[in-house]
Amino acid sequence: MATYSTNEFKSGLKVMLDNDPCAIIENEFVKPGKGQAFNRVKIRNLKTGRVIERTFKSGDSLESADVVDIEMQYLYNDGSFRHFMVPDTFEQYQADDKTVGDTANWLKDQDKCTVTLWNDSPLSVVPANFVELAITETDPGLRGDTSGGGGKPATLETGAVVRVPLFVQTGEIIKVDTRTGEYVSRVKE
Amino acid sequence: MNPDWLPSGDLTLLKSRAQLLAAIRQFFSERGVLEVETPLLSQSIGTDPQLAFFTTDYLLYPRRQRLYLQTSPEFAMKRLLAAGSGSIYQICKAFRNGETGRLHNPEFTLLEWYRVGFDLFDLMDEVEELVKVVFSPYRSLTCTHRLSYQAVFMQHTGLDALRFSLADYSSYAEQTGLAEAITLCGTSHALWLDFIFSHCVQPKLNDNALYLVFGYPACQSSLARLNAQNPDITDRVEVFIDGVELGNGYYELTDAQEQDERFDREIAIRRLQDLPDVTKDVRLLKALESGLPDCAGIAIGLDRLLMRMTQSTSIDQVLAFPVVKA
Repeated sequence: MATYSTNEFKSGLKVMLDNDPCAIIENEFVKPGKGQAFNRVKIRNLKTGRVIERTFKSGDSLESADVVDIEMQYLYNDGSFRHFMVPDTFEQYQADDKTVGDTANWLKDQDKCTVTLWNDSPLSVVPANFVELAITETDPGLRGDTSGGGGKPATLETGAVVRVPLFVQTGEIIKVDTRTGEYVSRVKE
Repeated sequence: MNPDWLPSGDLTLLKSRAQLLAAIRQFFSERGVLEVETPLLSQSIGTDPQLAFFTTDYLLYPRRQRLYLQTSPEFAMKRLLAAGSGSIYQICKAFRNGETGRLHNPEFTLLEWYRVGFDLFDLMDEVEELVKVVFSPYRSLTCTHRLSYQAVFMQHTGLDALRFSLADYSSYAEQTGLAEAITLCGTSHALWLDFIFSHCVQPKLNDNALYLVFGYPACQSSLARLNAQNPDITDRVEVFIDGVELGNGYYELTDAQEQDERFDREIAIRRLQDLPDVTKDVRLLKALESGLPDCAGIAIGLDRLLMRMTQSTSIDQVLAFPVVKA
């Protein structure tokens, strides 16, 4: 297994820390003019999403983590697992609810998403930045309202609830920004 | 992204740098301190295990000699002092291998000066005056804090820097979310001090004031002499502004034998840590034997000083071309 020394630490590098795969966010070189050099590293645990800070002696090294991001197609939910496929190779992966997490709110059959694999098994799933989903339920809007000031809740086909303008109706398809969970626009069929 | 050939810094900072250099030269000229130059390429180098150096090959056909790029002009300047130069200063490049980051570039500019007849407190006065002069066109600092290392350490951590207690230091590290220090520092008092000072004390020295921290613990004496009254501390001072270390000064060690022993100790540590072997600078030792006048000296990183004057966040902003663009 490859190792990386502190001077190779840079944003995005995937390493093993406390037996968990992590991504380096920031690496600050701390060196007194006379004295030991340290690297103060900000690091994200890819399993828990938690960000921690940790200091290393300069020159120390960490094992690399076999972590890759692969674009996949979401296939279906069999009740206990969600299934994904690499379009080029037809290779399939399954991920449990814990791994998929809140991303489940934005997963529609056939949609593209990014699956992070650690040692070839799914670690996390990130949806596309924008997804198009049908509204399954929302209160009828008031007549004449076209601006959407205020808005109302709407339930989407995936079960997610987002705020939409009053003029948007059940059955319509809307575009949602998955990073903020906010309505962007209606999608014309 | 800017094209790669362009400088990384703002061109107005080139002007600030030129003004800084002019102001320093005027400052020392008014005080009768002589500007000198010593070689950047040298046949010997400091033994400090914490400093990694650059080497190069001097081709003197048919021979090939290893020369070092200086990590500081200290040894050469002390030889001038021993030869009777009187008070001297130098503005030069220094080189430290592997040091790069927001506050580090492997090639950087140092101002180093020595004052014959000064003790550490006279030197601190002069540092304060110099900082005031060069800062005046840019910003004014509220005041100067002169604090002993022990006092500033106690103030911010509640720990006694001079008496090492593994239990106290460890529980402090755990409480402050720095538990990794326990394995990282082990039982090395010096390492613990480096860790805690750089993580928990230094960042607090940031209230728009000049900090002169003196009386470093004896285990961090480097080339300073031990304090005559208290052998637990050393006559060493460090300069901080906005939590950034700007300089390091000593009431200089003049005892050749003590210097020789410190060289030997550092060479032994280098061997233990599998670091490149160096031979001690015999010419420096001879100079000390012949007699170094009582003096105090300090080195200040000018790139960082310029950063603090202009409140820049990265050293790249005050350099024309940092190493990645050199």
